[in-house]
Formats: sequence, structure tokens, C-alpha cells
Amino acid sequence: MSEDTSMLNEPLHATRNACKVCAPLGAAMVFKGVSGCLPFLHGSQGCATYIRRYMISHFREPVDIASSSFSEEDAIFGGSRNFKAGVGNAILQYEPELIGVATTCLSETIGENMIAMIRDSQKDVEITSRTPLVHVSTPAYNGSHSEGFHAAVKAMVTHFAHIDAPAHASPTLNIMPGMVSCADLRHLRELAGLFGMNAVLLPDYSDTLEGASWDAYHRLSPGGTKVAEIRSMGRSLGSVELGHTLTTGESAGAWLEKSFDVPNFPLGLPMGLRFCDRLMGALAAISGRATPQSLLAERGRLLDSYVDAHKYLSGVKAAVTGEPDLVIAMAGFLSEIGIRPVICATGTKPRHFKELLAGEMEGGIEDVSIIPGSDHHRLEAAVREAKPDLIIGTSKAMPLARALGIPLLRSGFPIHDRFGAQRELTLGYRGTQALFDRIVNALLEHRQESNPIGYSYL
Amino acid sequence: MSDEATDSPQAHEGLVPSAAEAREQMLEIYPKKTRRKREKQMLVNDPGSPGEIGANSRTVPGIITQRGCSYAGCKGVVIGPIYDILHITHGPIGCGWYSWLSRRNMTRIRKAGETNFLQYSMSTDMQEEQIVFGGEKKLALAIQEAYDEFHPKAISIYATCPVGLIGDDIHKVCREMKQKLGINIFGFSCEGYKGVSQSAGHHIANNGVFKHMIGLDDTPVEGKYKINILGEYNIGGDAWEIDRILALCGIKIIGTLSGGVSYDDITNCHMADLNVVMCHRSINYMAEMMEKKFGIPWFKVNFIGINGTKKSLRKIAKYFGDKELIDRVEEVIAKEMSEVRPVVEDVKTRTSGKTAALFVGGSRAHHYQDLFEDMGMKVISAGYEFAHRDDYEGRDVLPHIKMDADTRNIEELEVEQDPARFNLRGTADRKAALQSEEFSFSDYEGMMRQMGKDTLVIDDISHHEMEKLIEIYKPDVIGSGIKDKYIIEKMGVPCKQLHSYDYGGPYAGFKGAINFYKEIDRMTSTKVWKYIHAPWHDAAPAAEAAAAPEPVNA
Ligand code: SF4
Ligand code: SF4
Repeated sequence: MSEDTSMLNEPLHATRNACKVCAPLGAAMVFKGVSGCLPFLHGSQGCATYIRRYMISHFREPVDIASSSFSEEDAIFGGSRNFKAGVGNAILQYEPELIGVATTCLSETIGENMIAMIRDSQKDVEITSRTPLVHVSTPAYNGSHSEGFHAAVKAMVTHFAHIDAPAHASPTLNIMPGMVSCADLRHLRELAGLFGMNAVLLPDYSDTLEGASWDAYHRLSPGGTKVAEIRSMGRSLGSVELGHTLTTGESAGAWLEKSFDVPNFPLGLPMGLRFCDRLMGALAAISGRATPQSLLAERGRLLDSYVDAHKYLSGVKAAVTGEPDLVIAMAGFLSEIGIRPVICATGTKPRHFKELLAGEMEGGIEDVSIIPGSDHHRLEAAVREAKPDLIIGTSKAMPLARALGIPLLRSGFPIHDRFGAQRELTLGYRGTQALFDRIVNALLEHRQESNPIGYSYL
Repeated sequence: MSDEATDSPQAHEGLVPSAAEAREQMLEIYPKKTRRKREKQMLVNDPGSPGEIGANSRTVPGIITQRGCSYAGCKGVVIGPIYDILHITHGPIGCGWYSWLSRRNMTRIRKAGETNFLQYSMSTDMQEEQIVFGGEKKLALAIQEAYDEFHPKAISIYATCPVGLIGDDIHKVCREMKQKLGINIFGFSCEGYKGVSQSAGHHIANNGVFKHMIGLDDTPVEGKYKINILGEYNIGGDAWEIDRILALCGIKIIGTLSGGVSYDDITNCHMADLNVVMCHRSINYMAEMMEKKFGIPWFKVNFIGINGTKKSLRKIAKYFGDKELIDRVEEVIAKEMSEVRPVVEDVKTRTSGKTAALFVGGSRAHHYQDLFEDMGMKVISAGYEFAHRDDYEGRDVLPHIKMDADTRNIEELEVEQDPARFNLRGTADRKAALQSEEFSFSDYEGMMRQMGKDTLVIDDISHHEMEKLIEIYKPDVIGSGIKDKYIIEKMGVPCKQLHSYDYGGPYAGFKGAINFYKEIDRMTSTKVWKYIHAPWHDAAPAAEAAAAPEPVNA
């Protein structure tokens, strides 16, 4: 690998070992988090197969994604026939409550008119007319899995949320959690509960992508947010939306606020004291209840551990890579515990990435190399220069971490060389605590192992 | 129900319907048109006269398939494993990213200073601008950039779906850059919509490798018995186990296409005297083209399973016809078998009579039947994911296969004898003599002739059919891929991934067979699903309740 770091500032023509995946993957993940939803990709079958494969290796759960299986002719003349046939077959076989339709680069390139196609297919086929088709446009040449994810959430909300939908049975909160682990989803629901609220989590793949063994066969994995709940999202007490990049465009939460006056609380992923405090503040404001004692106790323990671990963390430098929302939240958190996130890299180019980081980082960003549109090659060059003590990234950062002898803490998507990514908790005071402990221990372990004597008392 | 069907082992137990009935139950739910198509892809097997199977036909839209695309077959399978070529995917980011080391084709660097390019995933990462205005310029710049930094021996370019549509001429860019940089640069038009599965990509890859690499280096190769192994991808180290065994026999492998193989091996591999073919589906084109051009004969081998391995070694020895080699092979077999025998004998006491089903690839659903047979297990159903009729019914059906539009779109190379280098390797007479002794060349008898009577052959199995199969047969193990693995296991049947080997392997050759026996023994003996219900689960029989352990904190 090259020692040259001069390319850091040059625009490159090729992407080497990308830090991003393609947009329909993000959309498929959202579709998996809606009850009875079958993801369907309009394009060649290869994209669906590849995307399934990666989601499966991250979650270690079945992931079904149908496709319209374009042939060469369809690629030239358009895939409306395949679309109609595909949707019909998928409905007969899987009996989904709805189908989430995402496009691939192929169908986007030929400019398929999805809206007309959907309308058409629902008019013609008796059976399809009863199954809603929710469409999201996800050309990968225009956004990564992260953008695809957010776009699909918004598509779901705008498709279903309706002014005439019945009110929720109990006080309810909308949570747009972003791309987080199954354990995080469960914890967010629990948090809403602690404030006396039911949560409509969109998406909620905590069961569909981390389910129990079955004693009977299910066509679609059980679990997920119910369509009826999404319909009534306009009647919730409020929305919290997790992910900094959502604040720079019209998000699902903003749309709900505009259309139904549901107050929206755009927050970052709640990692670290400050971001968690913000979340608790929002939950308290929405529910009209004070933050419960049990959470304050968690908060207290977390802060106490910050103090305890300070001797291990001060002066430590880290490189962070992953989805933009994760990078911003993680960097903010690290800056809070005394670790300098000297490199913040993401594979895509979100709007105002630098400003968002600057706004959240304790100690400013002067010493931080911020790399939107990064790949692992650019990241490596930056790492060679900044020499961080720790890398936080996906499994795809392993080769570079190993080559440079720097410990890697895995987070984000995908993680396919460690077990249990779906159970990793990082949100809330409790999740932050778990993350904090993992970081401290990764550093301790590395120090111990790279020391010739190997002190056991650290 | 046919009379033969009642003879099937399962039917004897009186629990399981016949293959014909099972087939019917699987087909039941399909609408007419889909049913008509699936009927042709699901046959009750008769090894004596295999029926005609509707293989290599387009997957019905909306039916979730294990199949991938032609890009995956070309870049991902056939050429991807050549470690010292720098591979660049021309397209949006996903396609290249997904094929980044996601197959477990193993590689080690041979010479100091070489770069293993398999650790990289290079992509032009097309953006909207290229989709609208064309991507040729970006591709040329990407090639230049790669060259400047790595100075590789060769660069290979792969087109993904949007590329063909926006009309980028990757071959023109490759030619121009080849001229400019003076290294071998070539492209593959393997857009994912071509053909019906990854199989189209195999063909495209064979053509490109043949056109751009084979025959470039005429340096003579030392060794008495020189062969190539075609269609072996070194998943989990299979090729290395085959290397080990052949080296013990004194047989030199010039190139393994494509597993743990270098560009130089491939450019030089036409110096071999024989091609043996492992995966017929993905590489038979190459075997045929090399024979036509250079006169290298080929035959099918199978190093999966001890019987297959023994047969293959003996056939290679017989081909060379040298007493020394024939004896050496027998010695190697005897020695290796002394290690295999105790293991298989022990394992058999537990696996004998158990059942398996195999849905994988274009050859593995066939090859692995040998291993299960070694263990006394019955394969009740099998099928390929992307094979053609000849892989099921044998090569004798080749003249009868109808060309459809999907196949016609894939180029058939016109190959001619190379007058200077065509050489029957002194085997013209020998070949004739061997053939008269029922030694077959250019052969493959297909899967169905080897499979039991009244078993079910299912091509490109769908989820629904898999679910039914499990419900009806509850096999003790299913060999499939990652896309099915977790659904199968949710239903309480262990699933062995036979594409990637689940982090295990090698399974080829003698040592590989031992690994496989142990693995399947372990998997089919698992008790984990017994615990699905907690001890207090309702209607637990009294006996079970009584056997429940004391509560720990009592
Ligand atoms: S074509 Fe686009 S959607 Fe399909 S795999 Fe490639 S990047 Fe992803
Ligand atoms: S876009 Fe085409 S080439 Fe790429 S993964 Fe999808 S089907 Fe394959």
C-alpha cells in the first residue's frame, strides 16, 4: 500500500474500497421494518441478490427481496411488463400486506415512470389493487445506503399518514430512528415507554432482522411497524428524528409537522451525554413527564465512568468512518469523553457535513480532517498522517486497521467479521455506557498486547 | 402416483409422499403460467433416461431466486480470483462493492513484491454526471490512476447494468489505454441484465480470458505430466488440496482456472498436455476453445468425495498411460485412504441412512452427492441454481438444446486451429486407442444419471418450493447458499453453505473429505432445535416434565 499522502486533497477518479453501499440496500432495510412488507427492486435480479447477501451476512437472518428480473430486452424497451408480472407473482406467493418498491440504477437510467407503472399495475390486476405499493427512488449514482434509508422512511410516511386516520389508542410518539441496530430499536421503544408513551418506530426491524427460531413457517418474518400505525403518525404527540443529516432537507418528521402539526424534534443519534440529554429533553417535552429516576441513575453512572476512565482516554486520537449520521454522533461523543476524532470520513457527500460536525464537536474541528466522499484508500492516507490510536468503522476497515496495527472498533454497516452486530447497543445512556466500555477496553487490550511485558494491572 | 414412486425409501416408511406427490404439492399454488414453467424445471428423476429439464430459463419476475447476475458470474466468479490482475468495476458503487472478496476464493502471493489485488474493490463509482454525459472519460482516468499507483501486469474492466445502456464503449477505452500504457488491458461487457443468471457471465468471462490472456506466453514448462484444472475456484482452499495430491503423484498443474492463480499462469497454460474440468458449467467453453485452437484434449473430473477423487486420479494417470505414474497414483491413494478410512467408518455409524438435499451452483449439487454417498446418506432432492440442460442430462443433449433470445445475446467465439501451435501432444493415436477402451473425452454425463431413482430434481428452486420440501421431507441437512441458509435453519434444518463453505473447507480431495464428513456429522447430530420449546411449554408430556432439571436457584 502506498505511503503517499499527497492524494488526500486531490480529486480521485476511481473509488477504492468504498466506505458506502448502494441506495436500494438502505431502502430494503426500511421495508424489512414494516410489518408484512415485501421489498421489491425494480431492475435486474443481481442487485437484489447482492443486497440480500450483505444484509443476511450482517444480521444472520433470512432476508427476502423480490425483483422484476430484467432481461436485455426489458433493459432496452422498459420493464413495465416485468413489473406487473413480478408484483403479481410476489403477492400470490408471499401474501404481503404491502410491497416496498425501490429502483435500481438500471431502471433509473432508463427513466422508468414508476408512478404510472404502479398505477397501471394496480388498475389491471384484481389482486394487486388490494396491496399498496410504496415507491422510493434510489439511484445509487445519486446517494448511498444512508440516503436510500432516509428516502424510504419518508416514502412510507408520505404514502400512508393520513389526516383521517384514527387516533392512537394511547399516547404515542413517532420515532424515526435511522439506521441503527436491533438492540437500539428495542431500547428506543423502552425509552418512550419510560415516558409513558407508545412508540411508532419507523422502521422497526428489531424482530424481522433478529427473530427467534420458528416452530411454524412464515412467508415473511413476523414483526415490524404496522401500516395502521404509520397511517396514524399524523395523530401522534410528536416525532423524534435521529440523524443529523435529516436536519438539512425535508425529512419525514418535518413533513409530518408541516402536514399535521406534529411537533418534530430533529436530533442526532443519542450517543453520549449531550445527545442523550437532548433526547430525554424532547421526550419530556412531548410527554409532559419528567425524566424518570432510573434514567437519571443511568446518566449518573455513565458520567461517573467518564471520570474513572479519563486516565485511559485523555490524549487518545481516533479515526471515525461510516454512515454520516453515525460519524457525526460518534465524533461528538468522542469529543465529549476526551478522545480527539482526528479523522471523520464518510463514503457519501451529505449536505453541510462539515458544519454539522463543527456544531457538535467539543473543542472545535481545526485539528480534524473531515473527508466526505471518502473511500478506505483516502482514509488510509489520512490515518497514516494523523496516526490515530483507534479506528471506528465497519468490517471493511479491517484490512487497513490490520496493516497499520491500529485497533478497530466495529460499528455501522456492514459487520460481517464479528458476531452479534444486531445486538450491539449504542444509544441512550445505557447504550453509550456499553459503547464507552467497549472503546476503553479496545484501547486497554491493544496497550496490553503491544507491550512486551504485558502488565495485567492497568 | 407411479409404481416406482412407491418404491422410494421415504414412501416405505409410510410417512412421506412420493416424489411425484411432493412435486404436485409444490406446484399447487402457482398461477397457470408460472406453473407451466415450473413444471418443466421440476422432474422426478429416472437415472436410466433423464427427462428434459427446463433449465437455464429466465427466472419468473417476483419469484425470489438465489440467482445472481452476469456481472457476478464474470467478475465475481471466473476472473475475480486472478490475484495479480487489477480489477476495475465500471458502474455505480454497489455492484463493485458487493463483489469485494465476498467469495471465499483463497489466494496467496507467490513471489515477493507482488500485489494481491483481491483485497481491493476498485470502482469508477459512477455519478449522475456520468449517467447523463457518459462515463468513458472517467473510466480512462481511473485506469490511468490505477496504473500510476500500482503498475500492474494487466487491468481488467467490468461493465455493470447502466454502462451498456448509456452506450459507453469500454472496449474502445481499454484498447486506447492498452496502447498508451503498454500493458494488457481488456474489458468485459457483462452487464447484469444479460442472460438469465450468473451463467451468462461465465460464458462472457471464458471468451474474454481466451481472447486476451490464453496463449500469450509460449515459455516451455518443465515436467512430465502437465495439466490445467479448469473450473476450480479454490473456495476454502480446495485447489490447494488438489495441488497437494497431484504434486504427490508427480503431476504438474500449470494453471487452475481460476483459483489462487496468477496472470502468468493463465497466459502460459496452453503449454499443458491435458485439461481436466471440475465445474463443467462455468468453464466448458474454455475447454472446448483450447482444444480447438491448441489441440489440448479435456475430460471431466471430480475431486469432491473419495470415490470421485480416486476415479479422477486414475483417469489422469491412464490418460498419460505411463506405468510409473499409474503406480504412483495407486500408492498415493492407498496412503491417503489409510487416513480417510477410519474417519468415514466412524462417521458413517451416525450418518448412515440420513438424508440430504442440495441446491447449489452449476456443479456442486452434483459433486457433493458423492460425499454424502461416502457417508451412507441419501440425497432426496437436488438442483442447480444456474446450470443448463447438459449439466443435468449430460452433454449428449447439447445438439438438442434450443437457443433462446437470452443465450443468443451471448457471443460465441469463432475459434480456429492455431497452425503454429496446434499440437495433439503426441496423443492423437493414444486418444483414439483410449477412446476405444471406453475412455471418454469431452464428456459429462450430468447429474441426473448419477442421482437415485424417484428423487426430485428441482432447477432454480424458489423459496416456496424449499419450504414445501422441508415440510414434506425434513431432510437432515440441506446444502445451499447464504441466501437460503437462515430460512432453512429457522425451520429447524441445518444448512451447509456450499458456495462459501461457511468459513470451513477445504472439502476437496482426501483431506477435504475428512473435513466434510466431520462437519456433516456435527451438523446432523445437533440437538439445538430440541430446545425450541421451553420445558414449561404447554402440553409437555409428563415424562418430559419429570425429566426437567431442577431450577438452578432452587
Ligand atoms: S446497479 Fe446500482 S442498485 Fe444495482 S447493485 Fe449496482 S449500485 Fe446497487
Ligand atoms: S446493476 Fe446489474 S451488474 Fe450490477 S449488480 Fe445489479 S444486475 Fe448485477
